[in-house]
Amino acid sequence: MKLHEYQSKQIFAKYSIPIPKGRVADTASEARQIAEELGSRVVIKSQVLVGGRGKAGGIRLAKNPKEAEEVATQILGMTIKGLPVRKVLVDEAASIEQEIYLGITNDRAARKPVIMSCAAGGVDIEEVARETPENIIKVHIDPLLGLKDFQSRDIAASIDLPRDHWRDFGAIANGLWRAYIENDATLAEINPLVITKDKRLVALDGKMLIDDNALFRHSDLAEMRDLDTEAPAETEARKYGLAFIKLDGDIGCMVNGAGLAMATMDIIKLFGGEPANFLDIGGGAGAEKVAAALRIILTDANVKAVLFNIFGGLTRCDEVARGILTAMAEVKPNVAMIVRLVGTNAEEGRRLLADAKMPTAKTIGEAAKKAIAVAKAT
Amino acid sequence: MSILVDKNTRLLVQGITGNEGLFHTMQMVAYGTNVVAGVTPGKGGEWVLEGKIPVFDSVKLAAEATGANATVIFVPARFAPDTIFEAADAGLPLIVCITEGIPVQDMMRVHCYLDQKNVRLIGPNCPGLLTPGQTKVGIIPGDIAIPGNVGVVSRSGTLTYEVLYALKQVEMGASTCVGIGGDPINGTNFMECLAMFEDDPYTDRVVLIGEIGGTDEEQAAEFIAAKMTKPVVAFIAGQTAPPGKRMGHAGAIIEGGTGTAADKVKAFESAGVRVAKHPGEIPAMLK
Repeated sequence: MKLHEYQSKQIFAKYSIPIPKGRVADTASEARQIAEELGSRVVIKSQVLVGGRGKAGGIRLAKNPKEAEEVATQILGMTIKGLPVRKVLVDEAASIEQEIYLGITNDRAARKPVIMSCAAGGVDIEEVARETPENIIKVHIDPLLGLKDFQSRDIAASIDLPRDHWRDFGAIANGLWRAYIENDATLAEINPLVITKDKRLVALDGKMLIDDNALFRHSDLAEMRDLDTEAPAETEARKYGLAFIKLDGDIGCMVNGAGLAMATMDIIKLFGGEPANFLDIGGGAGAEKVAAALRIILTDANVKAVLFNIFGGLTRCDEVARGILTAMAEVKPNVAMIVRLVGTNAEEGRRLLADAKMPTAKTIGEAAKKAIAVAKAT
Repeated sequence: MSILVDKNTRLLVQGITGNEGLFHTMQMVAYGTNVVAGVTPGKGGEWVLEGKIPVFDSVKLAAEATGANATVIFVPARFAPDTIFEAADAGLPLIVCITEGIPVQDMMRVHCYLDQKNVRLIGPNCPGLLTPGQTKVGIIPGDIAIPGNVGVVSRSGTLTYEVLYALKQVEMGASTCVGIGGDPINGTNFMECLAMFEDDPYTDRVVLIGEIGGTDEEQAAEFIAAKMTKPVVAFIAGQTAPPGKRMGHAGAIIEGGTGTAADKVKAFESAGVRVAKHPGEIPAMLK
C-alpha cells in the first residue's frame, strides 16, 4: 500500500525527522488560509500516488496567500498520469543548498533491509541509479540488530556530508529506520533530504510503501489507504478476498492460483488476444466466490468473453462446475463463457457444463483460441 | 529418486488440529507420508486421525518423542513466524512453511536466525514438496505426478500442478517437485534447488517455473551457465503483467524496472536454457 507524501511526512515527524511546517488542504481557500498562517513563501504540492509530479506541473511555488489560492485552484483541477488531484500539501518553502537522497528498502536477494544514500538527491535520482550507480551508497542492515550509529556515520562520510551535519544525519537515519521497521514498510524514503541555507537538514519530500500482509497489526495505517488510486472493482474484489487487477483488454479471466492466472493472461496474449484482468479466485472456488468474481469481471464493459481456467487438485472439478453453473444462474451474464477444467474429476465437470450448453476446452491453448475468436467476432 | 524428502522422512505437522492442518494431514497420510506427530500448543496429549497420530504442546517435545526429521507448518500468518523459530530452535533440519501472507519483515528476521542454524526452510506461501511414489510434504495433490527423473522447482502452486499433470499425460515422472513459494523473501531459492538437483543421481533434467518480480531467476540463470551439467527448461509467468501491480503473490511485482519477464527470459536464453512460451510446450522440450 502506498502512502501519500503528507501521510509519510506525518509519520516521519513522529520519529523526530525534521519536516517543513505545513498542512494538507482539500480546497484552494484552505490552501490560502494555511499560507496566511505560515506567513512565508509556500510550495503547493499535489498529493497523488505517482512519481513525476514536479515535472507534470503538480508542484509549484507561491509568493503570498493570494497566489497560493490561485496555484492551489489550478493544481486541484489537474489529473496527473490519470489520477485526479484531490489534495494539496501547503509547505513552507525552503532555501536549498544541497539535495541528498536517503532511503531504506527490502533487498530481496540479500534477504535483508538496505539503507541507501546519495549526495545528488532530488528528481534525478533514478538517472543516477541508471548511469552512475556507484554514487549510491548501499549498506545492509541486520534486522535483528537494527541500524547502528557507526553505519550512519559511514554513510555520511561516504557521501561527503560535512562533519557539522553528521549528528543530525545520524538522528534522521535512525528515525527513518524506526519509521520503516515499526510500520512494516517495504520502502521509507526521503528525497530530497535538504541542507538549507541556514544549515539545517530537512526532509522536504517523503514516500512510504507499507506491506499489505502486515496491515493486520497497523489498523491506523490501513485506514490511510487512498481508494481513488485503484479501480472500484479492485476495491470490491478485496472485500471477497479475491486478487484482482484490471487491465485494458477484452477477455475476462478467472483462474485458481496466481501463477496460473498470470500464465493464462500470457497465453491469451500469445495467441493474439488481450486479457481484461488478472483474477485469482484462490482455492475452493465455491459458487459464492465464483459469482462474486464473475460480477466483478463483468463490471468492465469492455469484456466480450470470459475464460475460466481451473486446475482441480484438491478441489474437485465437478464441484467447480456446479459452482460455475450456480453462479451463472445468479449473475446471468450476457457474454460468452469458455471453461477449461483439468485435474481431479475433470470429465464429470466438463459433462455437467456441456449439459448446460457451456463451451468447454481440454487445453488452455484451445480455450484461449475459442475466447479470442468470440471476442473478435463480437 | 529425490532431493529433500523421501520415504525416510519422519514428519511433524505444526497446526495439526486446525482445519487446513488436519485435512492435509489426512491427504499426506493417504499418500504414504510418515506423519509421526502433530503440534498444537495447548492440545498436547490429544490424538488425531482416529488415535493414529499424537499431538504435542511443543516442537521440542514432539521431536524428542518421535525422532522427527522434518516439519510442515499450517499456522495462520500472524503466528507462523514464531512456529518457524520454534522448529529451528528444536533443531529440525527441514522446515516447510505452507502459510501465505506472512509480513516480509518477519521473514527477514526469520532468515537471519536460520542463518545461524543448520536449517533449511522451504516457503513460506508455497505448496510444499512431493517426491512421487514416496512422500509428500505439503499440499501438492499426489495423484497428478508419477515417479521419474525430472526435477521440478517453482514459485507457483497450481501452475506447478499444471506442469506435473502435463508431464504425467506423456508418462514423464518427477524425481522431486519443490514449491519454493511466491513471497519476496523465501527460505530456499531457485539456485539452491538447482544445486541439489545437479547433485541428485536420480534427476537427469530440470523444469524451472519462475514468475515476475525479484532477481532469483537471473541468479539461477548465472548458476546454470556456470555449474549445471543437466539440461534445464524454464517457463516465466507474467509476460503481460503491468509494472507496479502485485499479481496475487506478494513477490510477483515489477518494481523500479526490475523483475520483468523479458529480463528473465533473456537471462535464461543467454545461459543456454530453453524457455517455453506456454506450459503446454514443456513436456516436448524435455524429450
